[in-house]
Amino acid sequence: MSHGNGGGEATFKVFRGDARKNEEIEYKVPVEPGMVVLDAIHWIQANRAPDLAVRWNCKAAKCGSCSAEVNGKPALMCKSRLDHFPAGEPIRVRPMKTFPIVKDLVTDVSWNFEVNKRIPAFKPRANAEWKWQQSDIDRAQEFRKCIECFLCQDVCHVLRSHELKHQFAGPRFLVRIAALEMHPIDGEDRLPFVKDQAGIGLCNITKCCSEVCPESIHITDNAIIPLKERVVDRYYDPVAMIWRAITGKNGKK
Amino acid sequence: MERYEVHEHDVLVVGAGGAGLRAAIEASAMGCSVGLVTKSLLGKAHTVMAEGGVAAALAHVDPQDGWETHFRDTMKGGSFLNHWRMAQLHAQEAPDRVRELEQWGALFDRTKDGRILQRAFGGHTYKRLAHVGDRTGLEMIRTLQDRGVHQGFDVYMEVTLTRLLKDGDRIAGAVAYRRDDGGIVVFRAKAVVLCTGGVGKAWRITSNSWEYTADGQALAYDAGAELIDMEFVQFHPTGMVWPPGVMGLLVTEGVRGEGGILRNRQGERFMWKYLPEARRHEYAADEDEARRWVEAAVDAKQTNDRRPPELSTRDNVSRAIYTEVKEGRGSPHGGVFLDISYLPADRVKRKLPSMYHQFMELADVDITRTPMEVGPTTHYIMGGIRVEPDTGAGTVAGLFAAGESAAGMHGANRLGGNSLSDLLVFGRRAGAGAAAYAKGLGSTPAVNEAEIEAEVADLLAPLSRGQGESPYDVHKALQECMQTLVGIYRSQADLEKALEELERLRGRARAVRVEGSRVYNPGWHLARDVQNLVTASEAITRGALLRKESRGAHSRLDFPNMDPQLGTVNMCAVKTAGGMRVSPTPLPQMPAELKALFEPAKEKVG
Repeated sequence: MSHGNGGGEATFKVFRGDARKNEEIEYKVPVEPGMVVLDAIHWIQANRAPDLAVRWNCKAAKCGSCSAEVNGKPALMCKSRLDHFPAGEPIRVRPMKTFPIVKDLVTDVSWNFEVNKRIPAFKPRANAEWKWQQSDIDRAQEFRKCIECFLCQDVCHVLRSHELKHQFAGPRFLVRIAALEMHPIDGEDRLPFVKDQAGIGLCNITKCCSEVCPESIHITDNAIIPLKERVVDRYYDPVAMIWRAITGKNGKK
Repeated sequence: MERYEVHEHDVLVVGAGGAGLRAAIEASAMGCSVGLVTKSLLGKAHTVMAEGGVAAALAHVDPQDGWETHFRDTMKGGSFLNHWRMAQLHAQEAPDRVRELEQWGALFDRTKDGRILQRAFGGHTYKRLAHVGDRTGLEMIRTLQDRGVHQGFDVYMEVTLTRLLKDGDRIAGAVAYRRDDGGIVVFRAKAVVLCTGGVGKAWRITSNSWEYTADGQALAYDAGAELIDMEFVQFHPTGMVWPPGVMGLLVTEGVRGEGGILRNRQGERFMWKYLPEARRHEYAADEDEARRWVEAAVDAKQTNDRRPPELSTRDNVSRAIYTEVKEGRGSPHGGVFLDISYLPADRVKRKLPSMYHQFMELADVDITRTPMEVGPTTHYIMGGIRVEPDTGAGTVAGLFAAGESAAGMHGANRLGGNSLSDLLVFGRRAGAGAAAYAKGLGSTPAVNEAEIEAEVADLLAPLSRGQGESPYDVHKALQECMQTLVGIYRSQADLEKALEELERLRGRARAVRVEGSRVYNPGWHLARDVQNLVTASEAITRGALLRKESRGAHSRLDFPNMDPQLGTVNMCAVKTAGGMRVSPTPLPQMPAELKALFEPAKEKVG
């Protein structure tokens, strides 16, 4: 049995059911060269289990719909090549753990969309000049590569293990806030939101989110840590506090 | 009778891609109560797949550019079958729509003097595409999405419309189901804006996602609206051909815009052979001139050198590749080679990061060192719902459409980059048109209970049917039929065979059996999707049969030339008691001042 050379067969153990009643069902799938886990799920749908629920759109790692946990790791199914798994061993496919299960591989990710609504919108500074250099936006453009697959949300222990969704926005939305904060023309002040509602203090920089990001965004280093630094400067740095008291400058951009 | 929930809005927008989001923002900003319905999660629509850029004559890189040139390029690209007014509005308004996107937070790549950078694309005389590397569509949809969530309209995610409801001759709302639990939803609305995208899932080799099942076209057709130009289906010249799992996946035209060269198995740069005689003067005469053009493009400098032959229009490049492969000069996996590896690796990675990763991760090909293998893939339909250019109004009162589900803007062939600008320009106009119509209507039209009941029964029938085929098998058969009989090259015999097959497929699609419950059941969803695809496929095939000529993306082996008579008509499909009727309708006449733009003295050759 081989996973990559064609002509072989791979074994899949797929989570079927919902939170109340579920089981792991085994499927044998014929393998073609270059095949990914999502291809196998589609084959199972078309040939064995027509009601197998899965989300997907682009199949090109651009839309972030087909997030799941493959052999225990959060991953996009469309990017998980069969020949990267050990030949002869079953491949386990399960839904993301952090979100409530709808059915099979589909989870209810609506909480993420609720968080997004609460983030203060982009607000251009008055009289800003709409000209900037590429180097001024490289950092923010990195964050805007985010395809909202929510794998970082899935792996984040604050959300996954401690279930603090009501206190913490999660890496995806800290990335989104960082993109807004680092926009050259933006004039909104989101630091109170970052500190109090997004709960940035809860992140203790384990970098799990950066590891699973399919867009290779340096979530922790480039988005979260700089935001943490801004919060510390504003709210917890005594020297800066005294300086602001003297100068009357409040540290906003 | 099944219980269902009811929502009421002034304007119901269907589809949350670029056009739908832009329409919802506009209608909402005009003070209407707006509901936005999407089959997927918000932000996943096919717009995220658009890579190369949004066409707008901003004239930041090539100052000679202007709306007149963009208009001319678009009309020529569409073989003059476009609605002149749509092409005009599009060319005139695209720059404002791009600037607006920037004011809503989009971050486009920059020129050295800090303005929005623009790149070259097929069929565009000048460097015209505002872009963000090769993820322009993502930037656009995210900007609209983030603008939209603060706009105050309601979003219904993972909800699929199955029927438009009418009160007499007017739109009154729609029936839909929720994917997550199979629950029925009835929308009452004064106006409905269809922004549902295309029909690409009718073919086996396609760049389109599962969503591209002609829902809007079928809903509109069933409600009595006219579909036009359906025979014009764009086969994007460069899809991935290997490995099999990614066959059809798009390789952005940005690769050619950045200097990518097409070669056959013998290493021959074949595109020169395929340039239409009338347009040959617009392209580089030899390798040297093409190379100088690329050098200028890399530096975002103006040049008098002409563009490489690879930047011919999509229909032309697709046919060229098809012919090379057919005549035995293809690559090992049935495509041709697209090479950008001669440019510095860091530049390729910076300008085409998604392409670099896509080939590296899915095909084990490093495009900075090795050529890509590419071939044509079903990509876009130029035809769709007939709309009034200024307002997006369809031929049924209260029905509006924009984006790929609407027709008229692109004629016989769409230029790359004109889709993203189309979404913005006509998404906004359709949103405004629907809002104005809704405001003019006193009360929301009544919905008919019996009509709802009939639709719900029809929708649920496959779940309780004792026997029948799997919808997946019917879908596969439809894709084989369209792939082999209604592809890049068409003929009378093939098209007639396809019509017979489609007749059978319609029956098969209506008789499928679905296993499982109503809870998130893709098989059940596909059962309806396939019916919509059959409807659209019939309109495409009937239009192709009537259009006994080759024009734009429609190529007839038995009629290889353009027929001037057929250049004056659209093929129009309407539902009648006896089934689908397709017949020619006259194209609107271009006014004299626009015609004058095509006089030789006024044309600048870039």
